[in-house]
Amino acid sequence: MSQATTEAKPVVSKHQSLDWLRQMLLIRRFEEQSYKLYQMGGKIGGFCHLYSGQEPVAVGSIGVLRDDDFVITAYRDHGHALARGMGPNEAMAELLGRYTGCSKGKGGSMHFFDAAKGFLGGHAIVGSHIPVAAGVAFASKYQGKDSVCICYFGDGAMNQGSLHEAFNMASLWKLPVIYVVENNMMSMGTQLHRHSCLIDLTVRCGTAYGIPGYSIDANDIELVAETTRECAARARAGDGPSFIEMKTYRFRGHSMSDPAKYRTKGELEDAKTRDPIVAYEQLLKERGWIDDDAIEAMHEAVKLEIEESIAFAEASEPTPLEALYQDITVAHHIPQE
Amino acid sequence: MAVIAYREALNQAMSEEMERDERVFLMGEEVAEYDGAYKVSQGMLARFGSRRIIDTPISEEGFAGMGIGAAMVGLRPIIEFMTFSFSLVAIDQIVNNAANMRYMSGGQFSVPIVFRGSSGMAGCLAATHSHRLEAWFAHVPGLTVVMPATPADAKGLLKSSIRSDDPVVFIEHEVLYGDKGEVPDGEHLVPIGKAEIRRVGSDVTLITYSRSLKATMAAAEILASEGIEAEVIDLRTIRPLDLDTLLESVCKTHRAVIIEEDWPYCGLGAGISDRIMQKAFDELDAPIRRVTTKDAPVPYNRALEASMLPSVDRVVAQVRDVMYSKL
Repeated sequence: MSQATTEAKPVVSKHQSLDWLRQMLLIRRFEEQSYKLYQMGGKIGGFCHLYSGQEPVAVGSIGVLRDDDFVITAYRDHGHALARGMGPNEAMAELLGRYTGCSKGKGGSMHFFDAAKGFLGGHAIVGSHIPVAAGVAFASKYQGKDSVCICYFGDGAMNQGSLHEAFNMASLWKLPVIYVVENNMMSMGTQLHRHSCLIDLTVRCGTAYGIPGYSIDANDIELVAETTRECAARARAGDGPSFIEMKTYRFRGHSMSDPAKYRTKGELEDAKTRDPIVAYEQLLKERGWIDDDAIEAMHEAVKLEIEESIAFAEASEPTPLEALYQDITVAHHIPQE
Repeated sequence: MAVIAYREALNQAMSEEMERDERVFLMGEEVAEYDGAYKVSQGMLARFGSRRIIDTPISEEGFAGMGIGAAMVGLRPIIEFMTFSFSLVAIDQIVNNAANMRYMSGGQFSVPIVFRGSSGMAGCLAATHSHRLEAWFAHVPGLTVVMPATPADAKGLLKSSIRSDDPVVFIEHEVLYGDKGEVPDGEHLVPIGKAEIRRVGSDVTLITYSRSLKATMAAAEILASEGIEAEVIDLRTIRPLDLDTLLESVCKTHRAVIIEEDWPYCGLGAGISDRIMQKAFDELDAPIRRVTTKDAPVPYNRALEASMLPSVDRVVAQVRDVMYSKL
């Protein structure tokens, strides 16, 4: 396996570590406040899938990519969007269906987009975006660029044909794509052992396609970063795709309506004792890069930022009714009515 | 004007657009080394190389999705389905991703892609390989659906489709590939969304597209010998429908028959007749009739298959029916 030597950014510096901690806190706060707004009724509609517990995956991996790289993910997309630099204002406004939202209030929770940041969505049909990611990587190669595309999906998506078609072509044509399965051990409510014939996902999705596979503890954000960096270097060098199983755990249900009966007694409480954010705070304290006061200040700043995003979203105009026919096609849309 | 075959016209359209625009590439099953299952891409690998003429594994959902991803970040893919019957395997990509991407992203990402390939009942291919899916795709806001009937339109519409900034479903007909016709020399573009009047008439409007144009034109000649002058309109673009051209004709003839190769229930003609009746019900002197394929899966047996197609006789019979006031 090639070692990363060409990345401009170091895997970790004090400055970056503190920013990663801040990003994880921001995502956690965003999700917890989204949960409250959803429960208050009417403010957030439809399906809403929260990222709490999985923050190191998005923050650590996106954190080592370049601005000209591309990020694409599934429907549990708030964390990736924020990690890629989308402002909480646009994100929260989207949840509230406002015109100032990142998709003008037409995408909602599952369809966040930010073209300026190279964030290609938010995709809600399981596995459907996996070939799209290969196409983005194909375009990089076709254009002679060394941009990479990172593509996230859940362990349930491994059972879609689209993944296997895309993995075969990505490997066959050595496309610069990094595939990340966020293995939270549950395909909605079906545990891994009940939906996957193999438990070693690197065999199922890596070995089977000649793609280098990694399986890592994604509670360790710096391991996430280091692994992603190595995969990005491989992609940029023209050596093709990588597959990373990031073992993680979601603290919330699959979506808002999930009674989570599939969890064993004490499972959630046990997982929360390994909260990756608390662990990272501890690590950074041990390194002497942060102290309790600074952590407290960071929590407060993030809390304020999310409060502001809610105020921004609530003060924003709802998407106007005439927007119904807008942004359907580049050419003038002629309703076939 | 050169006389060339429909498949050659398609080849010229793709080749000219690839010469013109480096972002255009062709991807699909057997498009490169095999020179195309229907020889539409013949010679293109030799001309453009394997970077731009790309053979894929048999993975329609996969390569349709790849085309969408490439289109989102600046390329202009042409994705060939060996036949649109196989697009059923990729329909999630076409409907959920290509058609919705711009809308879902609030206008941030467009998908300038062409999905093209053969379709239709081409003889003894039976139920799985004879699909006519135009109504399926025409149903979806966000898609443009084009179905050329002649070599000139095949070329001019494909060039316009490749230049379109939106996803285009470009449906060819397998039995038309060898048909020859005049194609204007030089840059030949046919605008999307414009129907063509193939025959001027005053008594009845015959609305059709793709392969059914032939049966319709033949029927019009028979009807002329009976003193009925039919106006024949070739839709060319299925979505968006050129309703103005249809209404102008119907307001002149006061009668309409729609000839289509798809199934009757929820078929294309159902939607077209609804739109005509909304705008011009008072102009009609007879109910709009439709000539469709029969409501059965497509059989292998040659005679059975022929019996379900919109034939010249069936077109003539329906026109006589709507002309009751004159016969």
